[in-house]
Parts: sequence; structure tokens; C-alpha cells
Amino acid sequence: MNAAASDELLRERVIGIAGAVADPEIPVLTIADLGVLRDVAVDGGRIEVSITPTYSGCPAMNMIALEIEVAVEAAGLGRPAVRTVLSPAWTTDWMSETGRRKLKDYGIAPPARAAGRRALFGAETVPCARCNSADTEKLAEFASTSCKALWRCKTCLEPFDYFKCH
Amino acid sequence: MTARSLIIEETPLVLYCLRRADDALILGHRLSEWCGHGPTLEEDMALSNMGLDLLGQARSLYSYAADVEGRGATEDGYAYLREERQYRNLLLAEQPNGDFAQTIARQFFYAAFADLFWRAMTSSADDTLAAIACKSEKEMAYHLRHSAEWVIRLGDGTGESHARMQAAVAAMWSFTGEMFAMDDAERELIEQGKAIDLGPLRDGWRATVSDVLRTATLDMPASSWMQQGGRAGRHGEYLGHILAELQHLQRSYPGAAW
Repeated sequence: MNAAASDELLRERVIGIAGAVADPEIPVLTIADLGVLRDVAVDGGRIEVSITPTYSGCPAMNMIALEIEVAVEAAGLGRPAVRTVLSPAWTTDWMSETGRRKLKDYGIAPPARAAGRRALFGAETVPCARCNSADTEKLAEFASTSCKALWRCKTCLEPFDYFKCH
Repeated sequence: MTARSLIIEETPLVLYCLRRADDALILGHRLSEWCGHGPTLEEDMALSNMGLDLLGQARSLYSYAADVEGRGATEDGYAYLREERQYRNLLLAEQPNGDFAQTIARQFFYAAFADLFWRAMTSSADDTLAAIACKSEKEMAYHLRHSAEWVIRLGDGTGESHARMQAAVAAMWSFTGEMFAMDDAERELIEQGKAIDLGPLRDGWRATVSDVLRTATLDMPASSWMQQGGRAGRHGEYLGHILAELQHLQRSYPGAAW
């Protein structure tokens, strides 16, 4: 097998391993689900993993970078370099369908689509993550993590987290 | 033992990044002072969350300044090892928290500006600044909405909350003019398409502020003489105290890590 082909095989393996790293704040989501894993480059066996931050101040990013290093190293592939890329900027629209479904099953309402800034100021309707009722209200714009708001369902009376559109 | 301060080569682009980063760091630090003291649990978390957004923006901007300067500075170095006179933040950012109304007035005036500023910067010819802008503009939109809602709630609230909100607006007003100030360094970047002309943002800012104040039954302050100096490192009495707290550990125990 030539070097380029072996680099490509290694790259695919690393994409699988790094992509399976869980978000430390929302452990049901992997960084592949979130769209945080942007790229893996392999050159002569040297591995570079690129990730992009969700929110400017997201404290999970350092943890995610560390967990990628640990996971790739544990697979016997050596320690990768983890690089943060800012452009293009992450948006909640990059979250995969699987990710959105897992989020809802976990009790967090997935972000509204087309996360344009106009959506921020429009009238928001967020269906209840538990009973799907549209009769809900926002309790707090800023909640347990920087990516979530706290809502309440007026039908089933349960509070629920909403992954803010960004 | 004390750590020596950095000597910085302030090219226009480095200066531009440091100014915006310092605004975000110092305002974020002020918001962090509310942590554990907010009027309600939800508001405590909101103020901390907004502080965290600003800290994140500051980190991206400092990191980029370090790359551009290319002399081995780091984001931590800029934050911990610059003297008060090397800080380039707006005087507005360093104003004390005061009562909750003053914190809200400061946040509202800044967010109404930063929302427009970062939105315009998404089309900067500098790819990194444009990418930082794409994140920041969404965050500042949330800060604007949240602080504007409080201005309205307090202004159109009780006699006491109305009076305090009006006093806070008056107290912060003279620090708002500096947001639109530009010097030769910035004009050079504007010509290159990397920075944006702040002049045209002023009307949009005034429109947002006047709409919100009217809804809040508050009076728009009459135009008056505006305070300036932060961009050139001339600060009020407050910044030194902030830096004493912010930098103490790295100054006393250089390079301390844990």
C-alpha cells in the first residue's frame, strides 16, 4: 500500500474516533452530530484534527480538544494535534438530523432552523421537548449553559431546555 | 518577584484587535463581578453567560493579535502583563456595576453598538476578523434583546425603578460617544476593507436607543460633551483597580499554572 493510501485509511479511522467524542455538556451528542469536528488531515502518519467552537466562550472546547487527543492516542495512533478553526463560523444549522433527534429524546428542544439573526427577534415558538405541545413560554434567555435557554410547557407543565439558534 | 510587562508593537491591525478584545475582556470582567450577586438566579446566570460570551470574544481577538504581532505574545500575556496605559478599552466598559440599572444601561448601550459593529464586520476583508464577527454578532444580538427588555421593564416599572433607570442612562451617556471615535490607524484599515467606518453606525445606534427608551417611558439624554481617552490608554480611576484584581496572581507568581 502506498503512503497516500495509508494516510487516507488512517484519516478515515481518526474521523470515526474523533467524531465519536461526546460533548461534555450534552453527553448524548457527539462532536460529529454537532458539526464541531471540521476536518482531519493526515500527512505521513502525522494527524491534525480541526474543530470549530460553537459559542465564543464555550468552556467545553478545551475539554473536547483534550478528549480527542486521549481517544486517538488510546487507539494506538499517537497524539494528534488539535487545531481550532474559526472560519466558516459554526451555526446550529450544522447539527445533523441524528443530532437533533438525539437532543429531543434527551429532553432538549432542538434549535429552530435557518438560524439567521432575524429568527432571534421574531416571535419564537418552541414545541415542548416532552409532549410536543406548542403552548410553551420562555422562562430565561440564558440558562444552564451558554447554548441553552429555559422554557416551560403550559400543557404538560414541565420545564425544558431549548438549544438556542445560533 | 514580579512579572515584567509586555512591550507591544502596535501596528494598526494589532491595535484594532486589542481595542475590541479589551472592550470585551473588561466588560466581561465587570459582568463576572455579579456572579453570585444577581437579583434573581436567572439574572445571575444571564449576567454570567453574557460575561462568558465576552470573554470568549476577547480570547479569539487576543489570539489573533498574537498571531499578527508574531513576537510570541499569547492571549494570557495581553490580559495579564499589560499596564493600565496599554489597555485600549472604551471608558464605558470599565464603569462600575453600580446598581442593577447601571449595569443594564452600560450593557444596553454597548450591545446596541456591538450588535451593529459585528454585523458590519462579518464582511471584513480580513478572514479571521470576519469569522470572529460571525460568532459575536449573534451573541451580541442576544445581549441587546436581554438588556433592552430590562431597560423597558425597569423604566416602565415602579416609580423607584423608573427613577433609577433614568439616572443610570444619564450616568452612562457621556461614555457612549467614544464608541464611534476613529483615528488614523483605524482609517488605514478601513481603506483596506478590514475595518468598518463607524460613522454610519451612529444613526442606527441612536434609533435603537431612542426606540427602547421611548417604550421604557424614559427620556433620551440631551447631547452633551462626550468623555474619551480609553482607546489611547487614558483611563478613569476604575481600570487600575480591575487590573489589580485581574493580574495580581500572574504578577506575583509569574507563569503560575494549575
